[in-house]
Amino acid sequence: MSAQPVSATLEYDDEVVRRFALTTILWGLVGMSVGVLIAAQLLWPALNFDIPWLTYSRLRPLHTNAVIFAFGGSGLFATSYYIVQRTCRTALFLPRLAMFTFWGWQAVIVAAAITLPLGMTQGKEYAELEWPIDVLIAVVWVCYGVVFFGTIVKRKVDHIYVANWFFGAYILTIAVLHIINNLAIPFSLTKSYSIYGGTVDAMVQWWYGHNAVGFFLTAGFLGMMYYFIPKQVGKPIYSYRLSIVHFWALISTYMWAGPHHLLYTSLPDWVQSVGMVFSLILLAPSWGGMINGVMTLSGAWHKLREDPILKFLIVSLSFYGMSTFEGPMMSIKTINSLSHYTDWTIGHVHSGALGWVGLITMGSLYALIPKLWGRQQMHSIPAINLHFWLATIGIVLYIVAMWIAGVMQGLMWRATNADGTLTYSFVESLVATHPFYAVRLAGGALYLSGMVVMAWNVWKTVQPQAVAKTVGDLQQLAGAVK
Amino acid sequence: MTPFWNVVVITLIVANIAGCLWLLIWTARPTPGEVTEGAETGHVWDDDLREYNNPLPRWWRNLFVITIVFAAVYLALYPGLGNQPGRLGWTSAGEHDQRAAVTLAQRHALYQAFDGRDIAELRADPKAVALGGKLFQTNCAGCHGVDARGAKGFPNLGDRDWLYGGSAEQVYASITQGRGGQMPSFFGTIDEPTLQSLVAYVRDLHQGQHEAMEYAAGAKKFSGTCAACHGAEGHGNTMLGAPNLSDDTWLHGGSAATIRETILYGRKSQMPSFGAVLGETERRLLSSYVLSLSEPQP
Repeated sequence: MSAQPVSATLEYDDEVVRRFALTTILWGLVGMSVGVLIAAQLLWPALNFDIPWLTYSRLRPLHTNAVIFAFGGSGLFATSYYIVQRTCRTALFLPRLAMFTFWGWQAVIVAAAITLPLGMTQGKEYAELEWPIDVLIAVVWVCYGVVFFGTIVKRKVDHIYVANWFFGAYILTIAVLHIINNLAIPFSLTKSYSIYGGTVDAMVQWWYGHNAVGFFLTAGFLGMMYYFIPKQVGKPIYSYRLSIVHFWALISTYMWAGPHHLLYTSLPDWVQSVGMVFSLILLAPSWGGMINGVMTLSGAWHKLREDPILKFLIVSLSFYGMSTFEGPMMSIKTINSLSHYTDWTIGHVHSGALGWVGLITMGSLYALIPKLWGRQQMHSIPAINLHFWLATIGIVLYIVAMWIAGVMQGLMWRATNADGTLTYSFVESLVATHPFYAVRLAGGALYLSGMVVMAWNVWKTVQPQAVAKTVGDLQQLAGAVK
Repeated sequence: MTPFWNVVVITLIVANIAGCLWLLIWTARPTPGEVTEGAETGHVWDDDLREYNNPLPRWWRNLFVITIVFAAVYLALYPGLGNQPGRLGWTSAGEHDQRAAVTLAQRHALYQAFDGRDIAELRADPKAVALGGKLFQTNCAGCHGVDARGAKGFPNLGDRDWLYGGSAEQVYASITQGRGGQMPSFFGTIDEPTLQSLVAYVRDLHQGQHEAMEYAAGAKKFSGTCAACHGAEGHGNTMLGAPNLSDDTWLHGGSAATIRETILYGRKSQMPSFGAVLGETERRLLSSYVLSLSEPQP
């Protein structure tokens, strides 16, 4: 290379990024494997082997925590630490504190993997972990904020890059959400009681729950998208103005959307209505990110054919667009009365989780890992392509199965005879759902197998480069012979 | 909601929606000093990250405005702005009551033909039994199973082994009033050898061979304590809902381990009352169906 870019002369703290990048792969494998196991248990309940630790009820929160906070969380730590240094042109603020966040976060994950199968839980979805682990999460998260915002403060460029707006919003909001939702009175080391009661507890839980989707699984990964898509495409971001509008609209309206998880419950009518209308308003701000990402590619569509990493990034945005359209629709009360409590919700979550969060993380890591280990590219490009197709077909099988199953369940549960009795008993709806659980399992297994391909590819990429060394040795040898 | 919080809620909602609208208006035209539309903003990060100053896509802005207008109209028509009831006066409780009234009227019309007919008469009418079966699937199958054959702790209704009696009146009473079965706990009141003997005695009672030495201590304990409810011969008592122990039908299980658990820790069974849930005719129809499960058509 003739002209060295300025960044090459700067020393960045990348050790913590490398570690988080590798744990993203590790926890992805673990979390998705547990997902495949519990999908198989729904098909063949005997697969819990009558062992309490392996029952669906205990493994399901392990699956969600592992994929969201261990896989997704590690991916967010890795990319945010990488991106904030590059876009601020400065090394991390307090790098040792950053390393503490790595070990702290791993400790949280291991603690979760032990306590959840033992049945220790607060009983709040996505906030199951008991209070001592919650305290550790809060500490690690505040340190994360100190490192991130400290790095922003000591930046060497005037403007704060758009990816950092989203990372900043995600770090700040998750701290607030996590602390408020987990306020509890400890009873023992492994048991506590929420300080909120009844409907208020439910509302706080879903204010947290939906904003975990909005800030952890959306804003955080939009930060990833805003760096890796323009980098990979090599073109400017489509619209700065769109960035501003959709950022502020997204983070303000997401705050109100929680009640759509509690439609037609004892939650007061006005709260339900507010949750529904803000969920609808969310449609355009959500799509803003998709437009900015996809339009960045305009004029360079041919790259989509040549670059499998770009395929991951762009297809993840299409799943993002699809699930952020589906979400507002499902928040409409009349549609929700059909979809609520059915597998449609599971399908919706997974089109976002597998399609958006999963694919954007995988694409970003494929771009990031060669850079972190000083390689030209990943060990195998065909393997990236293979992974892409395994994942995409897996997602489609999964969500189509859950759509059909969900709508069918909703229709069966609400069907009544002329005398007002139910047309179908609950068990009949389970029998009808059974075949779709098989399709879902197949989709999940495909998605996991793609992750295995990725793990192999990453393993090969990060190995000390034997080939280069050998070539060097050969040249030396050739010189000696001459 | 107090007037204070009412104002806070309304202010926040309106401010957030208006804020979205303001963002759209503010970015609709270039501000002074801004680079021309479509050009790069001039910011550069990490060597090559740049951004265009493109206007918002028109279709996207229109979509945004439509959702905002929808929100405004919805909040005017339905409850949402704090304590404001909404123009339509809709409430979820009102919607429920309205729909329930329609269903109840339908049901009333359907059941009218069976009003005042006694259970024996209904049992002879296949249409009545079929209606009762539907009521069963909706109200009873959750515990007793779709096939009414029960599960652990939930009686099989097709085996003619009745805990509280199988006459039309008794079945009707079980449905109407519900039943609460209670087996007391004997934890700490029985020594281990006697317990083991008693478990064996109860387990083998239905086989009729209770003379062996193994059963002696258990038999004595049984006649002294258990017989009070289960009867001297272990035939049970339908007045109390005490199960018949002299047959091989088990409510909670007939293995030694389960019987031991039952004696040590007791059992509590609950059949809920349907007196307030179902009308009299519905309960009669349901009784006719339950009876039809264990008896051949009269």
